[in-house]
Amino acid sequence: MENKMRLEFTARSVNEGFARVAVAGFFAQLNPTLDEIEDVKTAVSEAVTNAIIHGYGEKEGMVELYCTYNGNHTEIIVEDKGVGMSDVPKCMEPFFTTKPELERSGMGFAFMEAFMDEVDVESEPGKGTRVTMKKRFGERKSEE
Amino acid sequence: MEDMFQFKNGYMIVEMPKEIDHHCTEELRRETDRMIEMHHVRKLVFDFSRTEFMDSSGIGMLIGRCKNLGYSGGSVQAVCLNDRMQKIFMVSGLHKLIPVTTEQEIAGGRVDGE
Repeated sequence: MENKMRLEFTARSVNEGFARVAVAGFFAQLNPTLDEIEDVKTAVSEAVTNAIIHGYGEKEGMVELYCTYNGNHTEIIVEDKGVGMSDVPKCMEPFFTTKPELERSGMGFAFMEAFMDEVDVESEPGKGTRVTMKKRFGERKSEE
Repeated sequence: MEDMFQFKNGYMIVEMPKEIDHHCTEELRRETDRMIEMHHVRKLVFDFSRTEFMDSSGIGMLIGRCKNLGYSGGSVQAVCLNDRMQKIFMVSGLHKLIPVTTEQEIAGGRVDGE
Protein backbone atom coordinates (compact mmCIF):
# COMPACT_ATOMS: atom_id res chain seq x y z
CA MET A 1 0.00 0.00 0.00
CA GLU A 2 1.14 3.52 -0.78
CA ASN A 3 0.60 6.37 1.62
CA LYS A 4 1.80 9.96 1.86
CA MET A 5 1.76 12.86 4.28
CA ARG A 6 3.03 16.41 4.33
CA LEU A 7 3.61 18.64 7.34
CA GLU A 8 4.75 22.22 7.55
CA PHE A 9 5.76 23.86 10.81
CA THR A 10 7.57 26.91 12.16
CA ALA A 11 11.33 26.53 12.60
CA ARG A 12 11.25 26.47 16.39
CA SER A 13 12.98 23.92 18.58
CA VAL A 14 9.72 23.01 20.34
CA ASN A 15 8.61 21.41 17.04
CA GLU A 16 11.51 18.92 16.97
CA GLY A 17 9.64 16.59 19.31
CA PHE A 18 6.42 17.12 17.38
CA ALA A 19 8.11 16.14 14.09
CA ARG A 20 9.46 12.92 15.62
CA VAL A 21 6.10 11.90 17.05
CA ALA A 22 4.25 12.73 13.82
CA VAL A 23 6.62 10.61 11.71
CA ALA A 24 6.51 7.72 14.19
CA GLY A 25 2.70 7.87 14.13
CA PHE A 26 2.56 7.90 10.34
CA PHE A 27 4.83 4.85 9.97
CA ALA A 28 3.09 2.93 12.79
CA GLN A 29 0.84 1.42 10.08
CA LEU A 30 3.83 -0.59 8.85
CA ASN A 31 4.18 -2.28 12.22
CA PRO A 32 7.88 -1.47 12.56
CA THR A 33 10.08 -2.83 15.34
CA LEU A 34 10.82 -0.49 18.24
CA ASP A 35 14.41 -0.19 17.00
CA GLU A 36 13.29 0.76 13.47
CA ILE A 37 10.95 3.47 14.69
CA GLU A 38 13.57 4.85 17.10
CA ASP A 39 16.11 4.94 14.23
CA VAL A 40 13.65 6.97 12.13
CA LYS A 41 12.84 9.31 15.03
CA THR A 42 16.53 9.98 15.63
CA ALA A 43 17.20 10.69 11.93
CA VAL A 44 14.18 13.04 11.69
CA SER A 45 15.28 14.85 14.84
CA GLU A 46 18.74 15.40 13.34
CA ALA A 47 17.45 16.71 10.01
CA VAL A 48 14.81 18.98 11.58
CA THR A 49 17.31 20.33 14.14
CA ASN A 50 19.74 21.13 11.30
CA ALA A 51 17.00 23.00 9.43
CA ILE A 52 16.16 25.04 12.55
CA ILE A 53 19.68 25.80 13.83
CA HIS A 54 21.67 25.97 10.62
CA GLY A 55 19.08 26.57 7.90
CA TYR A 56 17.25 29.42 9.61
CA GLY A 57 19.35 30.28 12.68
CA GLU A 58 17.82 33.36 14.25
CA LYS A 59 15.50 33.94 11.28
CA GLU A 60 11.87 32.92 11.02
CA GLY A 61 10.94 30.21 8.55
CA MET A 62 9.03 27.04 7.86
CA VAL A 63 10.29 23.47 7.83
CA GLU A 64 8.58 21.04 5.46
CA LEU A 65 8.37 17.36 6.17
CA TYR A 66 7.18 14.78 3.63
CA CYS A 67 6.77 11.11 4.41
CA THR A 68 5.82 8.34 2.04
CA TYR A 69 5.81 4.59 2.12
CA ASN A 70 5.22 1.96 -0.49
CA GLY A 71 5.11 -1.50 0.97
CA ASN A 72 7.93 -1.51 3.51
CA HIS A 73 9.98 1.15 1.69
CA THR A 74 9.85 4.43 3.54
CA GLU A 75 11.05 7.84 2.48
CA ILE A 76 11.35 11.03 4.53
CA ILE A 77 12.14 14.45 3.12
CA VAL A 78 13.04 17.39 5.38
CA GLU A 79 13.24 20.69 3.56
CA ASP A 80 14.03 24.27 4.54
CA LYS A 81 14.36 27.51 2.62
CA GLY A 82 17.20 28.78 4.76
CA VAL A 83 20.84 29.64 4.12
CA GLY A 84 21.82 26.38 2.42
CA MET A 85 25.34 24.91 2.22
CA SER A 86 28.05 25.60 -0.34
CA ASP A 87 30.08 22.47 0.48
CA VAL A 88 27.74 19.59 1.30
CA PRO A 89 30.42 16.82 1.57
CA LYS A 90 32.36 18.97 4.05
CA CYS A 91 29.23 19.58 6.15
CA MET A 92 28.53 15.84 6.18
CA GLU A 93 31.95 14.94 7.60
CA PRO A 94 31.69 13.59 11.15
CA PHE A 95 32.51 16.20 13.81
CA PHE A 96 32.37 19.06 11.31
CA THR A 97 30.28 21.90 12.69
CA THR A 98 29.91 25.59 11.91
CA LYS A 99 28.58 26.24 15.41
CA PRO A 100 31.04 24.77 17.94
CA GLU A 101 30.14 27.61 20.34
CA LEU A 102 26.69 26.01 20.69
CA GLU A 103 28.37 22.70 21.60
CA ARG A 104 27.12 21.07 18.43
CA SER A 105 28.72 17.63 18.19
CA GLY A 106 28.93 17.63 14.38
CA MET A 107 27.34 14.19 14.33
CA GLY A 108 23.97 15.07 12.80
CA PHE A 109 24.58 13.69 9.31
CA ALA A 110 26.60 10.76 10.70
CA PHE A 111 23.57 9.82 12.81
CA MET A 112 21.22 10.09 9.82
CA GLU A 113 23.55 7.82 7.84
CA ALA A 114 23.95 5.39 10.73
CA PHE A 115 20.21 4.99 11.31
CA MET A 116 18.82 5.16 7.76
CA ASP A 117 19.66 3.05 4.68
CA GLU A 118 20.17 6.03 2.36
CA VAL A 119 20.71 9.75 2.92
CA ASP A 120 20.82 12.26 0.08
CA VAL A 121 21.42 15.97 0.58
CA GLU A 122 20.70 18.72 -1.95
CA SER A 123 21.56 22.26 -1.01
CA GLU A 124 22.09 25.63 -2.58
CA PRO A 125 23.47 28.68 -0.74
CA GLY A 126 20.70 31.23 -0.19
CA LYS A 127 18.00 28.82 -1.40
CA GLY A 128 17.81 26.09 1.21
CA THR A 129 18.40 22.41 1.85
CA ARG A 130 16.55 19.19 1.14
CA VAL A 131 17.48 15.99 2.97
CA THR A 132 15.99 12.78 1.57
CA MET A 133 16.27 9.67 3.73
CA LYS A 134 15.17 6.13 2.95
CA LYS A 135 14.77 3.07 5.09
CA ARG A 136 13.33 -0.35 4.42
CA PHE A 137 11.45 -1.81 7.35
CA GLY A 138 11.42 -5.49 8.19
CA GLU A 139 14.86 -6.19 6.71
CA ARG A 140 15.93 -8.33 9.62
CA LYS A 141 12.68 -10.28 9.70
CA SER A 142 12.90 -11.17 5.99
CA GLU A 143 16.48 -12.41 6.41
CA GLU A 144 15.51 -14.85 9.10
CA MET B 1 14.51 21.83 37.50
CA GLU B 2 16.46 21.70 40.80
CA ASP B 3 14.78 18.32 41.50
CA MET B 4 16.95 16.88 38.76
CA PHE B 5 20.07 17.20 40.89
CA GLN B 6 21.04 14.97 43.80
CA PHE B 7 24.18 14.98 45.87
CA LYS B 8 25.54 11.74 47.28
CA ASN B 9 28.99 10.69 48.47
CA GLY B 10 30.68 13.59 46.70
CA TYR B 11 28.88 12.94 43.41
CA MET B 12 26.37 15.16 41.73
CA ILE B 13 23.77 12.99 40.01
CA VAL B 14 21.80 14.54 37.15
CA GLU B 15 18.50 12.86 36.41
CA MET B 16 18.28 13.15 32.63
CA PRO B 17 14.91 13.93 31.00
CA LYS B 18 12.77 11.45 29.06
CA GLU B 19 13.73 12.99 25.73
CA ILE B 20 17.02 14.80 25.14
CA ASP B 21 17.12 16.93 22.00
CA HIS B 22 18.23 20.41 20.91
CA HIS B 23 15.06 21.89 22.43
CA CYS B 24 15.92 20.86 25.99
CA THR B 25 19.73 20.74 25.95
CA GLU B 26 20.22 24.49 26.32
CA GLU B 27 18.41 24.66 29.66
CA LEU B 28 19.91 21.34 30.77
CA ARG B 29 23.39 22.65 30.02
CA ARG B 30 22.81 25.98 31.74
CA GLU B 31 21.33 24.43 34.89
CA THR B 32 23.98 21.67 35.12
CA ASP B 33 26.82 24.19 34.74
CA ARG B 34 25.22 26.48 37.32
CA MET B 35 25.00 23.61 39.84
CA ILE B 36 28.57 22.45 39.07
CA GLU B 37 29.84 25.95 39.78
CA MET B 38 27.68 26.56 42.83
CA HIS B 39 28.54 23.25 44.52
CA HIS B 40 32.14 22.92 43.24
CA VAL B 41 31.24 19.56 41.66
CA ARG B 42 34.19 17.39 40.60
CA LYS B 43 32.39 14.08 40.12
CA LEU B 44 29.38 14.11 37.83
CA VAL B 45 26.97 11.23 37.12
CA PHE B 46 24.36 11.36 34.36
CA ASP B 47 21.46 9.08 35.26
CA PHE B 48 19.55 7.88 32.17
CA SER B 49 16.93 5.76 34.01
CA ARG B 50 14.07 7.81 32.54
CA THR B 51 15.62 8.54 29.13
CA GLU B 52 14.03 6.99 26.06
CA PHE B 53 15.35 9.32 23.36
CA MET B 54 18.57 11.22 22.71
CA ASP B 55 19.96 12.67 19.50
CA SER B 56 23.32 14.27 18.65
CA SER B 57 22.37 17.50 20.47
CA GLY B 58 22.52 15.49 23.70
CA ILE B 59 25.90 14.07 22.67
CA GLY B 60 27.24 17.61 22.21
CA MET B 61 26.03 18.61 25.65
CA LEU B 62 27.62 15.53 27.30
CA ILE B 63 30.94 16.02 25.51
CA GLY B 64 30.92 19.68 26.61
CA ARG B 65 30.49 18.76 30.31
CA CYS B 66 33.24 16.10 29.94
CA LYS B 67 35.66 18.66 28.57
CA ASN B 68 34.85 21.23 31.24
CA LEU B 69 35.21 18.79 34.13
CA GLY B 70 38.29 17.24 32.50
CA TYR B 71 40.11 20.58 32.67
CA SER B 72 39.59 20.71 36.43
CA GLY B 73 40.56 17.07 37.00
CA GLY B 74 36.97 15.91 37.55
CA SER B 75 35.14 12.85 36.25
CA VAL B 76 31.93 12.08 34.35
CA GLN B 77 29.99 8.82 34.33
CA ALA B 78 26.74 7.61 32.79
CA VAL B 79 24.45 5.13 34.53
CA CYS B 80 21.22 3.21 33.83
CA LEU B 81 21.25 3.25 30.04
CA ASN B 82 18.48 1.32 28.32
CA ASP B 83 19.19 -0.60 25.07
CA ARG B 84 18.49 2.45 22.91
CA MET B 85 20.79 4.71 24.93
CA GLN B 86 23.53 2.08 24.77
CA LYS B 87 23.16 2.04 20.98
CA ILE B 88 23.37 5.86 20.85
CA PHE B 89 26.53 5.77 23.01
CA MET B 90 28.08 3.08 20.77
CA VAL B 91 27.21 4.75 17.44
CA SER B 92 28.54 8.12 18.61
CA GLY B 93 31.65 6.64 20.29
CA LEU B 94 30.60 8.35 23.50
CA HIS B 95 31.24 5.13 25.45
CA LYS B 96 34.98 5.69 24.85
CA LEU B 97 34.78 9.08 26.53
CA ILE B 98 32.29 8.44 29.33
CA PRO B 99 32.38 5.23 31.41
CA VAL B 100 28.99 3.56 31.27
CA THR B 101 27.27 1.27 33.71
CA THR B 102 23.83 -0.15 33.06
CA GLU B 103 23.20 -0.66 36.77
CA GLN B 104 23.10 2.24 39.16
CA GLU B 105 26.65 1.64 40.30
CA ILE B 106 29.67 3.83 40.11
CA ALA B 107 33.32 3.26 40.79
CA GLY B 108 33.79 3.19 44.54
CA GLY B 109 30.24 2.24 45.49
CA ARG B 110 26.64 2.56 44.57
CA VAL B 111 25.31 5.97 43.68
CA ASP B 112 22.63 5.71 46.32
CA GLY B 113 25.25 4.93 48.95
CA GLU B 114 23.85 1.54 49.94
